[in-house]
Amino acid sequence: MVLVLALGDLHIPHRAPDLPAKFKSMLVPGKIQHIICTGNLCIKEVHDYLKTLCPDLHITRGEYDEDARYPETKTITIGQFKLGLCHGHQVIPWGDLDSLAMLQRQLDVDILVTGHTHQFTAYKHEGGVVINPGSATGAHSSITYDVNPSFVLMDIDGLRVVVYVYELIDGEVKVDKIDFKKTTATTAH
Amino acid sequence: MMTGVAEDEEKWLAAGIAGLQQNAFYMHRAMDSNNLRDALKYSAQMLSELRTSKLSPHKYYELYMRAFDELRKLEIFFKEEARRGCSIVDLYELVQHAGNILPRLYLLCTVGSVYIKSKEAPAKDILKDLVEMCRGIQHPLRGLFLRSYLSQVSRDKLPDIGSEYEGDADTIMDAMEFVLQNFTEMNKLWVRMQHQGPAREKEKREKERSELRDLVGKNLHVLSQIEGVDLELYKETVLPRVLEQVVNCKDDIAQYYLMDCIIQVFPDEYHLQTLEILLGVFPQLQPSVDIKTVLSQLMERLSNYAAISAEALPEFLQVEAFSKLNNAIGKVIEAQADMPVFGAVTLYSSLLKFSLHVHPDRLDYADQVLGSCVKQLSGRGKIEDSKATKQIVALLSAPIEKYNNVVTALKLSNYPRVMEYLDNETNKVMATVVIQSVMKNNTHITTVDKVEALFELIKGLIKDLERTAYDELDEDDFKEEQNSVARLIQMLHNDDPEEMFKIICTVRKHILTGGPKRLPFTVPPLVFSSLKLVRQLQGQEENPFGDEAATTPKKIFQLLNQIIEALSNVPAPDLALRLYLQCAEAANDCELEPVAYEFFTQAYILYEEEISDSKAQITAIHLIIGTLQRMHVFGVENRDTLTHKTTGYSAKLLKKPDQCKAVYACSHLFWVDDQDNMKDGERALLCLKRALRIANAAQQMSNVTRGSAGSVTLFVEILNKYLYFFEKGNPQITVAAIQSLIELITTEMQSDTTTPDSTADAFFASTLRYIQFQKQKGGAVGEKYGPIKV
Repeated sequence: MVLVLALGDLHIPHRAPDLPAKFKSMLVPGKIQHIICTGNLCIKEVHDYLKTLCPDLHITRGEYDEDARYPETKTITIGQFKLGLCHGHQVIPWGDLDSLAMLQRQLDVDILVTGHTHQFTAYKHEGGVVINPGSATGAHSSITYDVNPSFVLMDIDGLRVVVYVYELIDGEVKVDKIDFKKTTATTAH
Repeated sequence: MMTGVAEDEEKWLAAGIAGLQQNAFYMHRAMDSNNLRDALKYSAQMLSELRTSKLSPHKYYELYMRAFDELRKLEIFFKEEARRGCSIVDLYELVQHAGNILPRLYLLCTVGSVYIKSKEAPAKDILKDLVEMCRGIQHPLRGLFLRSYLSQVSRDKLPDIGSEYEGDADTIMDAMEFVLQNFTEMNKLWVRMQHQGPAREKEKREKERSELRDLVGKNLHVLSQIEGVDLELYKETVLPRVLEQVVNCKDDIAQYYLMDCIIQVFPDEYHLQTLEILLGVFPQLQPSVDIKTVLSQLMERLSNYAAISAEALPEFLQVEAFSKLNNAIGKVIEAQADMPVFGAVTLYSSLLKFSLHVHPDRLDYADQVLGSCVKQLSGRGKIEDSKATKQIVALLSAPIEKYNNVVTALKLSNYPRVMEYLDNETNKVMATVVIQSVMKNNTHITTVDKVEALFELIKGLIKDLERTAYDELDEDDFKEEQNSVARLIQMLHNDDPEEMFKIICTVRKHILTGGPKRLPFTVPPLVFSSLKLVRQLQGQEENPFGDEAATTPKKIFQLLNQIIEALSNVPAPDLALRLYLQCAEAANDCELEPVAYEFFTQAYILYEEEISDSKAQITAIHLIIGTLQRMHVFGVENRDTLTHKTTGYSAKLLKKPDQCKAVYACSHLFWVDDQDNMKDGERALLCLKRALRIANAAQQMSNVTRGSAGSVTLFVEILNKYLYFFEKGNPQITVAAIQSLIELITTEMQSDTTTPDSTADAFFASTLRYIQFQKQKGGAVGEKYGPIKV
């Protein structure tokens, strides 16, 4: 069992002062094995904070990130799963599932994680999953109205991944669960 | 030389002890054989050792303690003698025959102790006699120890109320009088020490004196233990008498120690009730006395007293403790002209803590303290003394820590005035403390007045203070500071649009003074705050009541235009371009075509004139395409202009693959799935064809420059775009076109000149799998995909 934290679009300090306190108290060091962050942190302090939660930190570049060294896309293999990571502003139309599916084929991944829209979504698609963890701070977005802060925890176990989405609605954390099972170990690497 | 003295002293002490022990030996023998005469003789000889002038207080004390032990035994012997029938009165007479005065007085005190116990005479008479007789010793050291002995043997024999030695009606006065007199005499002796011996040994003497202070202070302790001394007596007699001594001795060591001692020894309740008397003394003390420490101590004790006994609070109000302390501090500072800033600030810092703890509801008190502090600081310029600076930081931090709410501190009008006196560096530290408090306590600042006040406090971070050179600043520290300001801007919020707009205008006014280094940090949060307000107003009727002054999205957009323009002048074109595009989208949502067009124009100008880095161009062009794709507000003409420009920029990127990607992305500008009036299939196809030509050109270029055709990835990407539009029902995308593209890729991949690329292979395989998948789906999609052969 491996726990992967997926989050992004924090937009600190441009659009939000900090992560919600409720999230901060949930996210404690030592519980998570990997963090994948779609980008737009935007500053080093946030990067350092994530690093304290888990040293295995993967970040792609959002258009507001001050650190220009983050790559545009990244793939990571965790257990039986190949994960792809991209901020998503490069994929036009923004947040369009069919266009994201093309990126998923291009990166040849089982799970594609992107951001940019600040809207949590998770689709099963052609035997894979496309996830957007939303904005961890509930940052203002030109694309999505009334953004709730959200992040995703993926519990990867063998050929099965359970996606938990944590959403802060009116001060309460709500958890939703999506189960995904890989039929065959198709992607040979 | 010093070691010589020390060695000599050791020798003298050893000799003293030897003499003492020898005589004690004979004294014991005499006592064992009940020989009173010899016992007196040898005890007097033993006590003669205490007549030495050669020992320092420390060594003298050692000798004294040995004598003290022996005297205890002698006292028991006297008691037994009395029991055996010897008259205690006679004994009291008898010991006075000792030849030397010092041994005589020690013996007299010892017998006196037994005499009091025997109750053959009133305790007050004997005590009075003893304390008078002790005047016979005027040598400070010897006198102090003798009186200390008297104090020691008499402390359980005072004619206190409830004591077995209680006398007539005035018994308390007698007990008090005795201790006060002994105290006064001891203090005189102690002070006189200062004036003996050569001036060059002043430091040594002061050290020795401070070793002896507890002998004097012990008397105050005894006074505090007298049961009969109630508040009334304390106020009327004890305190005035002690203070009189303190003031009159004019000795700084004694004054400092005794004031401190009074505060420590007597109950806080008494201090509160005698505050006026006690405080009245401070300005009369010697200028060199460290008053701030003593007075701070008093204030701290009183605060703690208020904290643990809530019932005392009315008393604090009744005696007007705060204003008395405030006045006293003013007078002390006035009286001690040489007091350093540090001292004055420490006093006010303590007073502020007192006021915050005892009167948390009286913000006016806190402000008054700060005001007094400003008065003291004025005319001194920036404070350079680091200790004083530390105290000011403590002073300013106190209200923030107490209330956990900066809004409270904002009400203190003198707060920013105190900050003025901090050096730039500390001023910034203080500003950071303020911001951290806001963040930690999640304090929302909701009115323009408070925002103004807040910016006054943090102006050290907002703009360059005089004498600050940029190169002195650490880059990381600067970033951290400015990011904290950016965070703070998020906390300035009011749900009422009118007030919020005013807040935004206020913030703008302040941050625009920040200079080019700060704008990239402060402009984005303000822009997003403004866009949130736009979002809030969006959909509301423009000027529903024809109210000209009302806040409208249009007004906010005007303001945004100016703010972002300031940012682009920094220059910070990448950031400014992003913000312009955000604004354009917001204007789109508000159905404000000209405004949206203006924002796009600004973004394009930046792209053309300022963004030259090819990587930055790629991101910028994707953002432009992505935003433009979402715009629905533009009429045909404006839209054409903008899309035309955009495709033009796309095709002019430096690297062919980047050109290709941008150009096929542009296809989405002509075919927007959820907008029926934007389905120009032909022009979407034209983009894809153009992308194909560029991909071909890229292949050829690669052939020429590297001898191999490079990857087929671009073709596979374009194939995916064909499939996208095919699926969306663009009639211009035909099965034949898709088929030929698949064949082209297959051929390319098999070609010898193509660089093998497993990623591209996987991409293609996955794309073909997708087609297969769609074919098998059945229904309309399956039917559509049916003719494609893979």
